[in-house]
Amino acid sequence: MIAETGHYALVLALALALIQSTVPLVGARRGDVALMNVARSTALAQLLFTGASFALLVALHVISDFSVVNVFENSHSLKPLIYKITGVWGNHEGSMLLWVSILALFGGLVAAFGNNLPLSLRAHVLAVQAWVASAFYLFILFTSNPFLRIANPPIEGRDLNPVLQDIGLAVHPPMLYLGYVGFSISFSFAVAALLEGRIDAAWARWVRPWTLVAWIFLTLGIAMGSYWAYYELGWGGWWFWDPVENASLMPWLAGTALLHSAVVMEKRNALKVWTVLLSILTFSLSLLGTFLVRSGVLTSVHAFATDPARGVFILLILCIFIGGSLSLYAWRASSLKQGGLFAPISREGALVLNNLFLTAACATVFIGTLYPLALEVLTGDKISVGAPFFNLTFAPLFVPLMLAVPFGPLLAWKRGDLYGAAQRLTAAGIAALVAIAVLWAWTRGGATLAPLAIGLAVFVIAGALTDLAERTGLFRLPLAVSFRRAQGLPRSAWGSAFAHAGVGVALIGVVCETTWNSEYIATMKPDQVAKVAGYELKLDGISQRQGPNFREMIAQFSVSRDGRPLQVMTPSKRSFTTRGMSTTEAALLTRGVSQLYISLGEASADGGIAVRIYHKPLVLLIWFGPVLMAFGGLLSLSDRRLRVGAPKPAKAARALQAAE
Amino acid sequence: MNLWFVFALMTVAAVFAVLWPLGRRSALQSGGSEASVYRDQLAEIDRDLAGGLIGATEAEAARVEIGRRLLAAADQQRDMPAQPSPGLRRVASIVALVGLPLAAVAIYLPLGSPGLADFPLAARSRTADATQPLDNLVAQVEAHLEKNPTDGRGWTVLAPVLARLGRYDDAVRAWRNAITYGGDSSERRADLGEALTAAAGGVVTTEAKAEFERAAAMNADDAKANYFLGLAAEQDGRTDDAASIWKTMLAKAPADAPWRPLVQDALSRVGVTVAPALSNETMAAAKDMNETDRNAMIRGMVDRLATRLKQNGDDVEGWLRLVRAYMVMGERDKALGAQSDARQAVANNAERLKQLNEGLKNLGLDG
Repeated sequence: MIAETGHYALVLALALALIQSTVPLVGARRGDVALMNVARSTALAQLLFTGASFALLVALHVISDFSVVNVFENSHSLKPLIYKITGVWGNHEGSMLLWVSILALFGGLVAAFGNNLPLSLRAHVLAVQAWVASAFYLFILFTSNPFLRIANPPIEGRDLNPVLQDIGLAVHPPMLYLGYVGFSISFSFAVAALLEGRIDAAWARWVRPWTLVAWIFLTLGIAMGSYWAYYELGWGGWWFWDPVENASLMPWLAGTALLHSAVVMEKRNALKVWTVLLSILTFSLSLLGTFLVRSGVLTSVHAFATDPARGVFILLILCIFIGGSLSLYAWRASSLKQGGLFAPISREGALVLNNLFLTAACATVFIGTLYPLALEVLTGDKISVGAPFFNLTFAPLFVPLMLAVPFGPLLAWKRGDLYGAAQRLTAAGIAALVAIAVLWAWTRGGATLAPLAIGLAVFVIAGALTDLAERTGLFRLPLAVSFRRAQGLPRSAWGSAFAHAGVGVALIGVVCETTWNSEYIATMKPDQVAKVAGYELKLDGISQRQGPNFREMIAQFSVSRDGRPLQVMTPSKRSFTTRGMSTTEAALLTRGVSQLYISLGEASADGGIAVRIYHKPLVLLIWFGPVLMAFGGLLSLSDRRLRVGAPKPAKAARALQAAE
Repeated sequence: MNLWFVFALMTVAAVFAVLWPLGRRSALQSGGSEASVYRDQLAEIDRDLAGGLIGATEAEAARVEIGRRLLAAADQQRDMPAQPSPGLRRVASIVALVGLPLAAVAIYLPLGSPGLADFPLAARSRTADATQPLDNLVAQVEAHLEKNPTDGRGWTVLAPVLARLGRYDDAVRAWRNAITYGGDSSERRADLGEALTAAAGGVVTTEAKAEFERAAAMNADDAKANYFLGLAAEQDGRTDDAASIWKTMLAKAPADAPWRPLVQDALSRVGVTVAPALSNETMAAAKDMNETDRNAMIRGMVDRLATRLKQNGDDVEGWLRLVRAYMVMGERDKALGAQSDARQAVANNAERLKQLNEGLKNLGLDG
C-alpha cells in the first residue's frame, strides 16, 4: 500500500499543479482575489502530496520492498541504512522525484511566506512555478516512474553503484538541486513580471532572498561535488571540466551575475530588463544541466540510465520553457519601463562590468560544453574539449574580473571616483606586491605565473578587507567609533566582503594545488618507504576485511616527518560483489590546510601494490573559499533590512565615504 | 485500511485545497504592495543617516528618487480595483470537484498496480520452498555468504550451481573461496579450472591449465584434470601429447567409468586431424557419429583453433592448419581472412613470415 499511495500522491500533485497553473492566472486577469488565492492553497497542498510521495519512496527503500522496480534496481538488503536512504536519489527516477519535491518546496515557501507580495504577482509567480512543476510531473509519471511494480518480486536487489555509496551522496545532490531548482523562483518572478508587464525596484527586493538561497546552495553543492570527486574517484583531481560539472558551473556563473544585477535593480531601479533576462537564462541553464545529465547525452557517473524517450521528453520541456520564456521576453521586454541612469564609472558601472565578464565566462563554458555535442550530432565527429580550452578562455576572463572586484564596493552609486577608489586600494595593492615578491624569492626558478596569480588573490582578499576598513573608518577614526560603526554596518556589507574574500581564498588554493603539487607513483612492497614533500610514508602491510556488502583490501601506511611519527593512513580498495565493481577509498591526512593523499591501484602478483601518493599544498582552500562565499551569502540573506543605494549627488562636497 | 479508502481521503484533501479559498467570504485584498517597500526604504534612509552610514546630501538625493518611485507605485495601485467574478469561481469549483478526481484516476489507473500488496523484505519468508525459482535460492545463499564469507561448505555448494546457471565468473570466485576456506583438493582445483575454461569460452587458458596441473599433482588419476590437460595440449597443437594423455586415461580407467565415451570422442577427434593410429574404440565411436554430429565437431574444433590463434598468433603451424581447415570446409573467404590475419600476426618475425608464406604456397592459396 505504501508504493501505491506514494504513486497516487504524485498523480494528485500533478492534478493540483494543473489547476494551480491556470486558475490563478484567470483570477489575476479578472482581478478576482479568491481565484488568485487558489494559487496559495494548491501550492501548499502540492508540497504536501509531493513530499508524501518522496517520503514514501524513502520508506520503500528502507524496508527493501523489491516489488518496486526502482528499489530492486538500486538497492540491496545488506546496504547500511544511510545508503538505503541516500540511494533514493542515487538513481534517475528517485533523483527526478527529489527535483520536483524541491520545486514544490520552493513553491510552498513562496505561498507560505509571500505575504508581502502583491496578490497578482504572487498568483502569477505560483502559476508559472506550477507550469514547470506540471511538465516535470508528467515527465516522471510517464517516462521515469519510480513507483512501477514487479508482480513477482525477486529476493535481492541489484545494489547501488558503489561509487555512490558514500556520505557525499547524502549531501551533494540535495544541495545542488536546492540551488538548481531554487533559481526556478527567480525565473517564475521574471516571467510573472513579463506577463504583468511591469517591473520595478520592489520586484528585486522580493526576489532577492530566493536568488540568494539558491546561490548559496548551488555554491555549496558544487564545492561539495568537487571535494567528493577529489576523494572518491581516486586520482586527486578536483575539477575536470567534465560536461556535467560545467552544467552546474553555468547556472552558477549566471546566478552570480543575477545576484549582482539584482542589487543594482533593488537599490537603483536600473538594469531591470537585463535582470529579467538573467533570471530567465539562469534557470534555463539549470534546465539545460538537467537535460545534459538526465537525457543520457553524456555518459558519466551522473548518467544513471539512458533512455531516448526521456531525452526527447526533457528536450521538449527545455524547448518549451526556454523558447517560451525568451519569446515572451522578446515580446514584452520593450514594454518594461527603463530605470535610472548612471555614469560609466560608478558602482552600477562596476556591476555591469562584473556582469559582462561573468556572462562571457558562462558563454565560454557553454560553448566548450555544447560544441562537441553539436559537432557530434551534425558531423558524427567525436572531439573532446578539455582543460586546455577552458584554461585558455576562462582564465583570461577571470583575471580582469578579479582585478576589478575590489574596486566595485569602493565606488559610489550613480557617479564614482575611480582615482579615489584606487587610492584607497593602495594598501591592498602593496600587500599583493609583497606577496608576489616574497613568493618569487622563495620559489626562485619555479613557475612564473603562480606568484602573480597568488598576488592577485591577495589583492582580492585585501581589497575586501579595505572595503570593511573604509566603511568602519578603521585607522582614520578612534577605535571605539570604528567598533560602533562596524556594529551598525549592514550585514549585507559584511556578506559581500566575505564572499569576495572567498573568491581570493579559493584562487590561492587552486594555484598552490596545481603548481606545487608533488606526487609519487610506484609499486610498493611492505616495509618499503616513499618520500614525498618531506614526509616519509612506510607501507606497513596489506590486509583484507569484510564490509557489510563489500570486501576491502586495506593498505596501512605510517607517516612520519623528520623521524617523528605522525599518523597512520589506511587507503583501501573495495570490491562489491553484486555489481562486480570496485571503488578506491583514498586516505587523506590533513596538515593545516594541506593534505597528503594516498590512493591504491592494482595489487601485483609478487605482493606489491601500486600506490599514488600526492602532497597537495593548501588544497583545502579550494573548498574553504566557496564555503566562505556561501557564508557571505548567508550573512546577506539574514539581513532583513531594505537596501537603498544613495546616489552621489552631482555637485556635492567630498562625501564622507562610499555610500551603502 | 483499504487502499481505495486512503485514495478517497487524499482526493478529498486535494479538492478541499482548491475549494477552500474559493469558498471564503472575506477574501480581502491581503497582499503586500510596492508602495510599502518604498515606504520601508525611506525609513531605512533615515536609519542609515542616523547611524552615520551615509551623508546628508546623499540621503536627500536618495529620498527624492525613492519618493518618485513611491508616487508611481501608488498611481498604479489605484488602477487595479478588485472585482469578484462569481461565475468564474463556480467554474473553478466544478473543475476541482469533478475534473480533479477524474484526472487523477484516469492517470493513475493505467500506470499503477492497485492490486499489488507491499512486499517488505522483513515480512517475506526466508525459508526455501520448492516453488521458489532457483535464482532466488541462489540469491539467498549468496546473501548468506556475503555475511559469512568464510563458510567454505557454502561456497562448495554454491559454486557448481553457479556454473550450471552459466555464471562462470561468479563460479570461479566461488571455487576460489571454497578452496581458501574449505580446504584444497584435486577435485576442487579441477572444478575451478573447468569454470575458468568455461568463462574463457572453452579455451583452456594458462590460468586454467595451472589449476589442472595442480590438481593432477595432488592426484595423478584425477579424471577431470587429465581430460582438460589433454584438451589444453590439443588446443596448443600438441595433438600427440593430447592423444597420449587420453590413451593413458582410458588404459587406467575402470571399464564402467562414466567419462569413458567423452574421452573416446576426444581421441577420435584428434584422430581426424592428424590421423594417428586410432584405437578400435575411437574408430568405433567416430563411425557411430552421423554426418551432422561430425560436422559440428569439426566446426567446434576449427573455431577453438581460431580463438586460440587470436590470443596467441605466433603459431605458424596453427595458422596453416586453420587456413587448410577452412579450405577443406569450402569457406574460401574465411581462408583468405585467416591468411591475412596470419600475416599480420607474424609480420614482426621475418623467419616465421617466410615459413608462413612457404606453407601458404603449398596450400595452393594465392601466396
